[in-house]
Amino acid sequence: MNALRSGGLLTQRELLRWIRQPATPLLNLVFSVMQLLIFGVLFGGSIVVPGGDDYIGYLVPGLLTLTVLFGLSSTQTAMTADATRGITDRLRAMPMNSSGIVLGRGGADLLMSAIEFALLLAVGLLLGWRASASPAAILLGLLLLLWLRFALLWVGVFFALTLKGPAQVAIGMVMWPVGFVSTVFVSPERLPAGLAAVAEWNPLSATATAVRQLFGNPTGVSGGILAEWALPLALLWPLALTAVLLPLSAHAYRNLSR
Amino acid sequence: MVEGMTDVLDAVGLTKRYRGVPALDGLDLTLPAGSIHGLLGPNGAGKSTAVRVLATLLRPDAGRATIAGHDLLTDARGVRSAIGLVGQTAAVDEVLSGRQNLVLFARLGGVSRGDATRRATELLGRFDLEDAADRSVSTYSGGMRRKLDIAVTLLRRPALLFLDEPTTGLDPRARAEVWSAVRRIAHDGTAVLLTTQYLDEADHLADRITVLGAGRVLASDAPDTLKRRLGPDRIVVTLPAGSLDTAEAALEGFDGTSVDAERSTATVDASGGPRTLLAVLAALERSGVTPEDVLLRRPTLDEVFLALTDKELR
Repeated sequence: MNALRSGGLLTQRELLRWIRQPATPLLNLVFSVMQLLIFGVLFGGSIVVPGGDDYIGYLVPGLLTLTVLFGLSSTQTAMTADATRGITDRLRAMPMNSSGIVLGRGGADLLMSAIEFALLLAVGLLLGWRASASPAAILLGLLLLLWLRFALLWVGVFFALTLKGPAQVAIGMVMWPVGFVSTVFVSPERLPAGLAAVAEWNPLSATATAVRQLFGNPTGVSGGILAEWALPLALLWPLALTAVLLPLSAHAYRNLSR
Repeated sequence: MVEGMTDVLDAVGLTKRYRGVPALDGLDLTLPAGSIHGLLGPNGAGKSTAVRVLATLLRPDAGRATIAGHDLLTDARGVRSAIGLVGQTAAVDEVLSGRQNLVLFARLGGVSRGDATRRATELLGRFDLEDAADRSVSTYSGGMRRKLDIAVTLLRRPALLFLDEPTTGLDPRARAEVWSAVRRIAHDGTAVLLTTQYLDEADHLADRITVLGAGRVLASDAPDTLKRRLGPDRIVVTLPAGSLDTAEAALEGFDGTSVDAERSTATVDASGGPRTLLAVLAALERSGVTPEDVLLRRPTLDEVFLALTDKELR
């Protein structure tokens, strides 16, 4: 069975799981909306974006990027659960292309991200977020987010294949500084110099800033690499991540039989 | 077995080491089509490693094997198309229903949607799972999960089915159901390689038993031959308190008599089968001891290993 067909079937499996047990995807969505409410409504009034722009316009593209990062842990958790239950072994012992396993996972994960985007944008609209851009530019912004999600798929697969128990939990913790030391919530121009440099080079910042530019939302950067290069960086960072982690994941998968 | 029938599995010298320590140390194994082969051994004997190597999940460090005409090392895909694997955990999706699992795995195996649905219904019936067919697997009992797990492997009618400790953790009824399923699978022409820690399981099911210890074959024989080598069944008599000494004296003349004061039991080799049992009861009756319980049991795995390793040392 070729990888695309088996991948499609495994994505369907995930959809069936969502239908039979809606609590899991719903909690995921509630978590995303909760973040938007906490940071948009609760903290929003106290956070100032350079230029005095409204915070919700700055926040929505940032949170879209953050859900992409947190999506990594759904990839990792689901892959680990299948390995623990012996489902991965069952699939490995079947005459199907092994890429189908990751394709199926990726199909479901990208779909979940797309649903999260739609929901966050809808709640964002209610809270006063507006895009001042063409539909094509908005679509391009969403595609950039999915492109980062695709890259993080390989990060999740790699961790699921190589890390055990406590180390996997540690990844869940590491995601917080990675997510927060970026331009997701705050402008790098208001960070201490050292942190600002880290935030500027954080792949999440490139995507968040590029999406802000495409949506016509405040970017919070008036100069520096992000102001100039956000869009190319938002294309290159995920490409680089994929170029490194796809072969590493493939290697780790082959190592299962060692 | 039909004369001249080719073996569905032919393995020679399979070896697998973990950090230099052999988990499998030169395993030779042959299975004719439709036969049931029991791989017997305690934890760590190499049973699961053997299954994982043969099911293409682990690459052997040495040795070779052919499964249904496909070379294990050069044609893993061919091997995979000919085998089914039931591992130690029920490898099915807990959230999906039994039917959804069957259809999913059938389609992943290349079966068309219509055929997958038909085959799923057929197998649900055969394994007596119709009533639970559309419930989440998470509501299934251990036995039902195991049956579903086995049903999934039969979707593609494999030539060789691996069952890794299929009844571990099951209650006696579920165990009996799995046994009858295994017999029927073999009857339908699929060869079965089953691993077990229970001598009676191997004895009930297998045409041939291979005993593994520390990754090596300690013995490989038909169950009856093997049992003769392992010595007779044991008669275990539970005695009323205080009658242990009397009983020991009464049973002195029998083979292998021993008493266990802690459990208040006397054990005698059933060298003459049921006749020995009658003689034991008569001897006890003559000395005025009425047993509280009597049972005839197979040698335990411990006793098997003692017997086999003794022979190795000799």
